[in-house]
Formats: sequence, C-alpha cells, structure tokens
Amino acid sequence: MIEPRARPVRRLPVRRDWPSSLIALVQVGLLVGLVLAWELGARFGVIDPFFWSMPSAIFQTGVIFFTQGDAFTDIAFTFRSTLLGFFIGTTMGSLLGMSFWWSRNYARIMQPYIICLESLPKLALAPLIILVFGMGLSSKVAIATALTLVVSTLTSYAGVQAVDKDQERLFYSLGASRWQVFTKLVMPACIPWIISILRVNIGLALTGAIVGEFVSSQHGLGRTILYAGQTYEIPLVWVAVFVLSALSMVMYVSVAYLEKFLRKGIVH
Amino acid sequence: MSSQPKLVLENVSMTFQTDGQPFTALAPVDLQIPANKFISLIGPSGCGKSTIFNIVAGLQPPTTGRVLIDGEDATGLIGRVGYMLQKDLLLPWRTVLDNVALGMEIRGVKMKDARERAMPLLAKYGLGGFEHRYPSSLSGGMRQRAALLRTLLVDQDVVLLDEPFGALDAQTKGRMQEWLLQLFNDFGRTVVFVTHDVEEAIFLSDEIYVMASRPGRLVEKLPIDLPRPRDRSVVSSPRFVAMKKYCLDLLHMDKPASEAA
Repeated sequence: MIEPRARPVRRLPVRRDWPSSLIALVQVGLLVGLVLAWELGARFGVIDPFFWSMPSAIFQTGVIFFTQGDAFTDIAFTFRSTLLGFFIGTTMGSLLGMSFWWSRNYARIMQPYIICLESLPKLALAPLIILVFGMGLSSKVAIATALTLVVSTLTSYAGVQAVDKDQERLFYSLGASRWQVFTKLVMPACIPWIISILRVNIGLALTGAIVGEFVSSQHGLGRTILYAGQTYEIPLVWVAVFVLSALSMVMYVSVAYLEKFLRKGIVH
Repeated sequence: MSSQPKLVLENVSMTFQTDGQPFTALAPVDLQIPANKFISLIGPSGCGKSTIFNIVAGLQPPTTGRVLIDGEDATGLIGRVGYMLQKDLLLPWRTVLDNVALGMEIRGVKMKDARERAMPLLAKYGLGGFEHRYPSSLSGGMRQRAALLRTLLVDQDVVLLDEPFGALDAQTKGRMQEWLLQLFNDFGRTVVFVTHDVEEAIFLSDEIYVMASRPGRLVEKLPIDLPRPRDRSVVSSPRFVAMKKYCLDLLHMDKPASEAA
C-alpha cells in the first residue's frame, strides 16, 4: 500500500510593495549605472568608441547641436510633418471608413482596394512620394498621412459595422432620415473607435515623417540622423535619436492625455 | 369623435423565402383597434407578434395587406407610430434628458424646446434628479422609463410596446406596470402591448389577442372588462383568475403538430 504523501502546508505568498521612492531610486541607479558602464567601457577599450561613441562626447555634441546647430529647426520640421500627417490621415481615414455606412454596394466595391492598401508596404512608396511631392514638408506629410489613413479607415469601418442594428431600427421607427441616422447615431457611435487609434496613429505618423526625411530632405531629425551616420559623426546620431525619442514621448503622452479627455467628455 | 378605429390591419401577412421554401411568419391578419384602448398581444415565441409590430412601424413591408391609421394608408411609412423595442436602446453618449428628447429632435423640434417639454415630464414620471445623468448610471427600471417617455413624447396616437418589462425583476415589473397605467391615463394614447406574461396582459389591457405559432396567427380576441383604475389587488379576484386560466389554456392548446414529431 502506498503511503499518502503528507499534504504540503503552505501560506499565501506575501506581496511586499516597495515604496515608490525606492523604486525611483533603483530606476535612477540603473540609468546612472548604464551610462557609467558605457562611458568607462568606451574609455578602457571594452567597446569600440568609434562606433558606439560615449556619453560624455554625446553630451558635448548635444550642447553644440542645441546652441550652434539646427536642433530647433529640425525638431520643428519633424514635429510639424508628424502632426499634419496625423491629423490629415486620421480625419480623412475616419471619414472614409464612416462613408461606407451609406451604401453596402459601395462598401463591397471598395473592400478589395482597402485590403490592397492595407497590405501594401506604404513605406516602400516613399521614394515615389518624394518625387511627386518634392523634397519639402509636403512629401513627409504625405507619407505620414498614407500610414495613418488606412488604419483609421479600417478602424472606423469596424465601428460602423458594430453600430447596433436595433438602435438603427429605433431611429427609423422615429421617422429619421438617413442623414439623421448618420449624424446622430453612426458618427457618435464611431467616436470611441476613432479615439482608440489616436495613440497608434501618432507613432505611425512619426515613423512616416522620419522615413520621408531619410529618403530625401533638407531638415528634420531623421535627416540629421542619416547625415551624421554617413559622415561618421556617431555622437550626433545618438543626440538626434535621443531628441527624437523625447519628441515621440511628448507626443505620445499628449495624445494619451487628449484621449483621456475625449473619453471623459464623450464616452460614458 | 367618430367611431372609426384608430389602427386597422387589413389582410396583413408575411411570408419569407428560406432556402427556396416559403415560410409563413404571419398568416393573414385582420385587426381593428379602437382609439384610446390598451390592447395586448400574447402568444408563444414565433407567433408573429414582432412581425406585426415591424409592419405597423413601417420597418418591414408586409407580403400582403395594408395598415391603416385613422383610415389613411400607412403601409411602409415610418414615424407614424411610437415604437418601443425590447431593449431600451438609450444612447450612451446622451444624457437621460437628451435621450428622452431624441424623438422630438428627429421630428424637427428645436433641441431647446424639446428639452423644455421633456424636463417636467422626467420629474413627474420618476426620473427627477437624473435628467443630466448618463444612462449607464441608471437602473434597469429607470432606463425603461426613459425609453418609454422617449416613445410617448414623439406625439403619435398609436404606441407599440414590445415586451418593455421582459427583462425586469418581478418587483420592478409590478411597479412599472402601475406606472405605465398612470401614463396611459395621462397621455390617452392607443397602446398595443406585446408580452409573454398573461397576468401582465390582463392587468393592463382592455382587450387581449391570443396568438399561435406556425404559422403565426390570431386565435382569439378577449375583452377584459375589469373596471379602471385597477388596483394590484385585482389579480386575486375570481374574474381575473378565471380569465388568466382561460388564456393559459388557449396558449397551451397551441402545441403544433410539428413539435411532437
């Protein structure tokens, strides 16, 4: 006969939360440690300073970039093309997606084109877009728009399809016209869907703007990164990358805030 | 006023084609509903109650027949009757007040005037203090009240109510029925009410139409001659109990042959 095993006696695992000050301390400590390791590693030849540069050199280049260089022109350029692409792409895409509500035949005809547009690697079109729109701001806006437009179209179309059929019947039973159903039911019902893509779109728009600057541009952080890389100014590459991340974070946080604000005001 | 019936269904029927087979959702129905009466339709599911409502509301064209309101042909016309569907269908982005005003707004009443008309009624019919709240913060019973007020405020003489209290708990349901009778008294509309609940139908109605399924059809018309205003205690009176038993027997008789197979 097999002896029954002693039933293990356990306590519920205890969760111990560190105080936020300790968390912050560890976070800062990690950062300092990383930067220090990078600096020392480069100085003592553990990593190649030619390719990886070092924090002190990056800092110096950063100061020069901001005091004597084109930092603000570049930031403004990238910022502007991103925002414009974001707004144009989101607005046009949402309107296009919602327009499919008006006719099922029209939606069916357009469907394969939309799928094509979705699967098409839009960034591959960047050189062509630069040729058509020129080297200036408009080509960057166009690429950013192309990236955000399709996502917005698909999402708002999904919103249209999710409109409650009974709610539509209610509107018609009240004697509503199609225009009334569209403006008072379909559009408000799609707004949460559109809000949900804002955060994705701001990232996509930035990607589009940067790629446009990579291909051909006279300004912008993307152009600075490309240019510095080609001339082996590795510290400048790092500076531009850090500025770009900061810009990206600022925009992301703003859009997240905008989203929260819109949700509170519109969706209950 | 003339004795012309408010709502007339003339030979109205509904046939669908499913996989090439005709399916009769509603066999030809003739109905005459007098003004300012409370009429209930009861029957098993699939008896065509909702089909009748959709046809009267103009949301579905009948295969045959006509719908007359005040003697005028209203077949296929939307917005001629107030129609409350089973779900409350309140718009989550509108306040209770604006939800109630929706029907008026769609009929072209200015939003400001619509709100002004709705406001006192909300207070009077148990939604006071909730005018500026959003539907998500309301209980099921209050949501139904708002939906019903929205239906009544479109100012149509005929109001169709499709199982409005079906999803409510028994206690709330009882209170809502009394509330509905109060509204019916105050507004003086012609109400057609669909329910599964025999007791509810008898308590509320002047006349009950018992329906049967496969095909959906009217079986019998029952006048309910209980005096109004009715008190809840009426449900235990012998008249009431007898009528309830009669109705239930009628409904249970309707076990179609196809179900036995």
